[in-house]
Amino acid sequence: MLKHRLIPCVLLKNWQLVKSVQFDAYRTIGHPTATVRVYNARNVDELIVLDIDASLNNEPINTEIITDMANECYMPLTIGGGIKTIEDVYAVLNAGADKVSINSQAIQNPTFIHEIATVFGSQCVVCSIDVKKVDGVYRVFNKSQGILDIDPLQLAREYEAQGAGEILLTSVDHEGMGEGYDLGLLQSFHHELKLPIIINGGMGEPTHGAQALSLGADALAAASIFHYSKYTPDMIKRELLEKNFSMRHLLS
Amino acid sequence: MGNLRSVQKAFEYIGKSAIISNDLSIIQNSAKLVLPGVGAFKDAMHNLHSLGLIDLLNEEILEKKKLFLGICLGMQLIATKSYEFGETKGLGWIDAEITRFASTELKIPHVGWNGVKFSNPSPLFDSIPDNSDFYFVHSYYFDADRTYATGICDYETEFIASVQHENIFATQFHPEKSQTHGLKIIENFSKLPIC
Repeated sequence: MLKHRLIPCVLLKNWQLVKSVQFDAYRTIGHPTATVRVYNARNVDELIVLDIDASLNNEPINTEIITDMANECYMPLTIGGGIKTIEDVYAVLNAGADKVSINSQAIQNPTFIHEIATVFGSQCVVCSIDVKKVDGVYRVFNKSQGILDIDPLQLAREYEAQGAGEILLTSVDHEGMGEGYDLGLLQSFHHELKLPIIINGGMGEPTHGAQALSLGADALAAASIFHYSKYTPDMIKRELLEKNFSMRHLLS
Repeated sequence: MGNLRSVQKAFEYIGKSAIISNDLSIIQNSAKLVLPGVGAFKDAMHNLHSLGLIDLLNEEILEKKKLFLGICLGMQLIATKSYEFGETKGLGWIDAEITRFASTELKIPHVGWNGVKFSNPSPLFDSIPDNSDFYFVHSYYFDADRTYATGICDYETEFIASVQHENIFATQFHPEKSQTHGLKIIENFSKLPIC
């Protein structure tokens, strides 16, 4: 039986891994390779690293540090941030990433997803959608452009049609708050897509994960919980297993 | 592609060297061959053709019986044919067809960790507990007679997760991305005595 994945999702900024609250107030969580080594030792199911300098400041993608991190990773590694061309995708995969996460570049140009899928296969394209609730309506959010008049589910459907492999769905409002995932957002996506959905933003305790899995999330992404709480990935998985969610066998 | 480096890294982790190459003489002089792969079947077969590798691989694997490990798309390529983007002929080392998961209820691709039930004994699974989880990411599966299967996986329907036929070994999942148990498979393959 396919297991639900628990995926640390951390940000790369100034050669450090950081964690934000509602996409702001960055706090350093550690040196990239050391942090990745710890995650690898803890047998996390997968790892997502988003380079926020590359996406925000238009800086080139830091392939040097991606290589260093990938060298510590014997689980799947997804890299995102600042990927604008097929050459960028090639550089990131060549540095040792298994998948790329695409956000800004695909919002205006969803065919970019199709291009990547054609060359590298759908399995390596994670489409990242950031969402903010505005007057009770979910809207796509972009760090440099702010709130866009785009329905996140419509955008996800477009990505699916273009050959995306997975959707990383992040609630900006819930991100870093530790008060649970945006269940309303998840509900609006439930049964709507054939693509696996990785929900992100807000996990503060294992029950939040259980809520999201009950509403159709395929995988759980989180960060703060691993760094600012007593919970390790292992403890979260154990709790979810006890609630009868299918999680990966743990090494005892 | 990206996962070539991952596979190479996994061999380095267990203290073996692996060369990434499409050079005919390097391939001929290698002790064992690994064919990883992500992407589409049709493109991959096209690339093998245009690099002039088909005849060489047939000779190395089928005649010289060099030990071979196919990973993910590398497993699919040894089948007779695939239905991904129209019908394409494969290497044909094992009588099999590559078919898309049919269920309309399933999320496609099949991505994540799934258990593998060992259906026939294989040296690749030495010291690995039955039903261990491995990392999969694929939309098509290897449809063949179960005599060749060494591992079975369940994604609403049971499908072949790994095969073995004489000197040919292959896994649909990614051992290089499956942490401890995956690295053990890489180690087990590298320990196989060269005939």
